[in-house]
Amino acid sequence: MIRQHSYWQLFSAVCKKDLQLAFRQRAEIVNPLLFFLIVITLFPLAIGPEPGLLARIAPGIIWVAALLSTMLGLDKLFRDDYHDGSLEQLIASSYPLPLTVLAKVVAHWIITGLPLVLMTPLFALLLNLDTNALIATVLTLLLGTPLLSFIGAIGAGLTVGLQKGGILMSLLVLPLYIPVLIFATSAIETSTMSLDYSGQLAILGAMLVVAILSAPIAISSALKVSVS
Amino acid sequence: MWKWLHPYAKADRAYQLCNTLLPYFAVITVVCMIVGWVWGLAYAPADYQQKDSYRIIFIHVPSAILSMGAYSSMAIAAIVALVWQLRNAELAVIAIAPVGACVTAIALITGAAWGKPMWGAWWVWDARLTSELILLFLYLGVLSLYHAFEDKKAAGRAASILAIVGVINLPIIHFSVEWWNTLHQGASITKFNTNAIDPSMFWPLMLNIVAFAAFVGTVTLMRLKNEILQREKHRPWVRQLLNRG
Repeated sequence: MIRQHSYWQLFSAVCKKDLQLAFRQRAEIVNPLLFFLIVITLFPLAIGPEPGLLARIAPGIIWVAALLSTMLGLDKLFRDDYHDGSLEQLIASSYPLPLTVLAKVVAHWIITGLPLVLMTPLFALLLNLDTNALIATVLTLLLGTPLLSFIGAIGAGLTVGLQKGGILMSLLVLPLYIPVLIFATSAIETSTMSLDYSGQLAILGAMLVVAILSAPIAISSALKVSVS
Repeated sequence: MWKWLHPYAKADRAYQLCNTLLPYFAVITVVCMIVGWVWGLAYAPADYQQKDSYRIIFIHVPSAILSMGAYSSMAIAAIVALVWQLRNAELAVIAIAPVGACVTAIALITGAAWGKPMWGAWWVWDARLTSELILLFLYLGVLSLYHAFEDKKAAGRAASILAIVGVINLPIIHFSVEWWNTLHQGASITKFNTNAIDPSMFWPLMLNIVAFAAFVGTVTLMRLKNEILQREKHRPWVRQLLNRG
């Protein structure tokens, strides 16, 4: 049990490794974004291009598209590490696994969630959202997408050892996403009526804090089951 | 707690316990269900507004209560399985899951059948209906995760973790959905002294709830017995049992 590095060094090393891997394979970052954009394009084509209608359903579209596109990246979260054996080494090491997992989830959010938040103004333009609603959308995505990463990582940890884990993972994870979806879309809807939506944001923030504290523990026990 | 639980960590003791409990549960189920159904469906007075169609309450409400009860007992079994590493508790999780899923499905189907004449639609996106539907998804998630694993030992642990994650999320889902939209009436039998339901309907309903609880218990015990036997089929005591029977 020799620990040569501080916890912070461990955290940043794991985070940096994952980010580097992602930036060398840019498709991993770009593909979920493209998927997000295409899903959003499909809706006006399917229901008609009337601006009022689009603005009305835009929060729902953006959020459902965000849920689906984060699901795409989740499958990759632990799979490569699982196949090349480094996951086993991380579990066997003397450093706390929840911390390692936290670092991986944070890196995953920076790769998949953050670009989504940054691209939102463009999507809002496509869907005819006004400035008020745009700010609300960005804020809810900022609080909500890390939450999605944390919840989704539990499902990813449980299914990483399985051959066809991808579709099963979406079955496990999507029901757990529902509260996030409800509070986020309700915040945006409230903002379109120019009302105060800080309550919904506070609840999203509270859920995020709980997720940061408890999800890494659940993820690490899930990973231990998958690797053993 | 540990002293009391410890003997049942052994599979044969747990199997014996199932055998002793099973007849009690079965008898309670049969008696309460026959009396409750006949009383509720034939003798209880008709509702002044809903006439006879309210009688589906005697199946709908017990199954809805038990759908949540079964989930919480599954989660308790899962916690026991993970904290004390009891394999029998893992088996209990798997034994309860399909029973709970069926009860949830019964609650949804009877609810739809009741909603059609009363609300004029098979399905409305109301808070309780939605959270019941999500509960069904959670059950199905536990089940499909269990069956996706080749190694049944890992499968039981993974299913237990998912059950616990689900039970933490369940109140959040419930309240978020409640806040989102509500049409369903509130619970009628939570406060016993200020009853919103007439005694002539209350007692058969209670009897049916007991019957459903015992029924879930009976089926779970039977499934648990099978799971134990399947898991331990190479053990001498199982062989002995099989040779005797």
